[in-house]
Amino acid sequence: MNPHAAYLDPILTRHGRQVVNLMQILREAQEHYGWLHPDAIDYLAEQLAVPRAKIEGMASFYAFFYLEPRGKYRVLFSDNITDRMLGNVELMNRMCRNLWIEPGKTSEDGLVSVDFTSCTGMCDQGPAILVNNIPITRLTESRVDAICDLIREQVPLAQWPAEFFQVVDNIQRKDMLLTEGFVPGSALQAALARGPQGMLAEVKASGLRGRGGAGFTTAIKWESCRNAPGEVHYVVCNADEGEPGTFKDRVLLNSYADKVFEGMTLCGYVIGAKQGFLYLRGEYRYLLEHLNRVLERRRQQNLLGTGILGKPGFDFDIEIHLGAGAYVCGEESALIESLEGKRGTPRNRPPFPVTHGYLDQPTVVNNVETFAATCHIALNGGAWFAGIGTEKSTGTKIMSVSGDCARPGIYEYPFGVSVRQILEDCGATNTQAVQVSGPSGVTVSRQEFDRILGFEDIGTAGAFMVFDDSRDMFEVARNFVHFFAHESCGFCTPCRVGTSLLRNLMDKLHNGLGSPYDLAEIEKLNKLLLSMSHCGLGHTACNPVLDTIAKFRPAYDARMLHQDFTPAFDLDWSLQAARQMTGRDDSGAHLSTVEEQNP
Amino acid sequence: MSKTFTLDGKTIPFKDGQTIIQAALEAGYYIPHLCYHPEFKPHGSCKLCTVKVNGRQTASCTMLAAEGQVVESETPELNEERRALTQMLFVEGNHFCPSCEKSGDCQLQATAYHLGMMSTHYDHFFPNRPLDASHPDFLLDFNRCILCSLCVRASRDVDGKNVFALAGRGIKTRLIVNAKSGRLADTDFAATDKAASVCPVGVILPKRRGFAVPIGQRTFDKQPIDAYVDNRMVREEG
Repeated sequence: MNPHAAYLDPILTRHGRQVVNLMQILREAQEHYGWLHPDAIDYLAEQLAVPRAKIEGMASFYAFFYLEPRGKYRVLFSDNITDRMLGNVELMNRMCRNLWIEPGKTSEDGLVSVDFTSCTGMCDQGPAILVNNIPITRLTESRVDAICDLIREQVPLAQWPAEFFQVVDNIQRKDMLLTEGFVPGSALQAALARGPQGMLAEVKASGLRGRGGAGFTTAIKWESCRNAPGEVHYVVCNADEGEPGTFKDRVLLNSYADKVFEGMTLCGYVIGAKQGFLYLRGEYRYLLEHLNRVLERRRQQNLLGTGILGKPGFDFDIEIHLGAGAYVCGEESALIESLEGKRGTPRNRPPFPVTHGYLDQPTVVNNVETFAATCHIALNGGAWFAGIGTEKSTGTKIMSVSGDCARPGIYEYPFGVSVRQILEDCGATNTQAVQVSGPSGVTVSRQEFDRILGFEDIGTAGAFMVFDDSRDMFEVARNFVHFFAHESCGFCTPCRVGTSLLRNLMDKLHNGLGSPYDLAEIEKLNKLLLSMSHCGLGHTACNPVLDTIAKFRPAYDARMLHQDFTPAFDLDWSLQAARQMTGRDDSGAHLSTVEEQNP
Repeated sequence: MSKTFTLDGKTIPFKDGQTIIQAALEAGYYIPHLCYHPEFKPHGSCKLCTVKVNGRQTASCTMLAAEGQVVESETPELNEERRALTQMLFVEGNHFCPSCEKSGDCQLQATAYHLGMMSTHYDHFFPNRPLDASHPDFLLDFNRCILCSLCVRASRDVDGKNVFALAGRGIKTRLIVNAKSGRLADTDFAATDKAASVCPVGVILPKRRGFAVPIGQRTFDKQPIDAYVDNRMVREEG
């Protein structure tokens, strides 16, 4: 009898022993046991009749699955640039010193591990960490010390002070999406009165474009999917909000979940789908119970299930699928792979998901905010919606504002708002740059603050990170480059190797060993990533560097040794390991000072 | 009258459903490639077969041929980018051709020669990748893996065994075998498997045959890789 069968059997049963649910099975197994034991993988491989290499291969793709013990308390520091600006590195060092452990390693007694993770979507209330996947915000030195005490005393997470876990919405400016008073079911009633074709016509008239960043016209997606032949159709809501600096979907799901689920149901009605999935990023695991409660209430209200609102044949339900720490899964075809319980590798396209999506069936994948917006189109009509915003960017956009400003948080504006306006509203002063749409977006410099947000100028998924004059824009770009290297899926050569080469070159500059040759190399790599990569991750990985080189060249020049070439190798630097092993960092342990003393 | 597209000005016929590389190779026209193999479903990961189709770059192993396409392949620009990708594959792993028993039969090495690669250019990563010599008849040297997944596809789709799989993510992506111990000897791998003969580089090596064919008389000692057109012919010859 496999020792892990006792807890795995109920999990397997709950998921119908379906391989397609492998990711959810692994997540629940890990939530029970703390990590994925080799014997547990054996049992799952046997029970699901899949090779164990498939399970290992899949699990090792995701940052939040552990194939080795990672400690009873697993602490992950969010490492977005906004966390850095709030001092996350110093706080992490403090925690590691307190607990007497090294970052990235599990303590010898198996009690705790501390490491970095990509942005956890708490930029307006950072520095933030995840402890066993539950967020703790507004970290301070005293909070770090208190957490260390709780860990050492092995206090269960449920008994930690509740204020540690407080996540606030921080809504600073409301427009249609964030206004209260939405009556669950009202948008569905309006859609039923119009019929599926009529509802589609309204979405078409609205000019609504996808809010995930790419801005594809929603009606075309819905119509192509509706017309695509297939046994079943699927609706997928992309809540994998992984773009650093973006947190508006978290707020929509926390306080406006009805709108999101109702939008998904509207889509199901239009395209003839009976099943929807919400792909929720692993970092938002803490929202799962809340969202499931909303789904359950909607079932009781006959807004989900069979014969919705008494309409025979209108059957639709929604299931939540949790991710496990992989930015690339925000790409819709990678998201579908992940939904199918596989490694989140973007597919070869075409075919596109609208004809060959989940389980090869026609599938609409839209962003959280896109679905929410469709409720307002159902209620007020496409023409009304098209009257808001600009000609090519209709409706409103929710911005996640963070960084150097007095009032970080959530701001909803009609499209067409200028960067300058948002800066004024959020109380930003001495601003030198804004990163719009996250690392894959655009670095907007002071000269460009009159540019507007909208697909005709700056298209955006919603991140708005503010940097004042005190910030080093080179370090901003370097943080983003590290992010892409960490999140590259590794499928294609240019992105797998190129993002790491780019990271190493930026580190070389950071170490003061840069030369004009390196800048030329960076530009060559950027060109290669852009032309050869498999998906958008590789295509955009060079954006922050290209933008900052073009607009903040002095930040790079300051790091040059002003020679044609300087090697990355540095004798003193390479003694780092020796210094660490001997616990020495005094002047005698550095070459330059030794040479000075003994000429 | 069959449908055609042009490849570097030459007219290439194709059948519906064929990819650009399939049609090109069938017409005897070489496009550099490593993860593509005519007998398997295209993977599209190495990106060496990238061509310009009507001015837009795309992998020719996954792009369907279409009537009237204007395809460019042998351009200095594309070959320079292919050379950079090949250099990336070299620095990512540990490739020491002079001491590798696959030298002369290796498609990575032959492709590098074809593209005029004179150095690895980038700083090496020097990853630590242990060997697996557990199997009585085969050695796995992961140092040379280029993650083309041909062995994964061969074992899964032809042998029906799933001996190999990709694990990890990003620069830490790696090849694993289907055993709790992580050792090839504990899988159902056999010398007669398709996966045993499909590796384009020197990862999956039969033991005791390393130098049966002396250096100088090997596949690519006789002709450069473009003369073989596709890797199916490489194997027949090699």
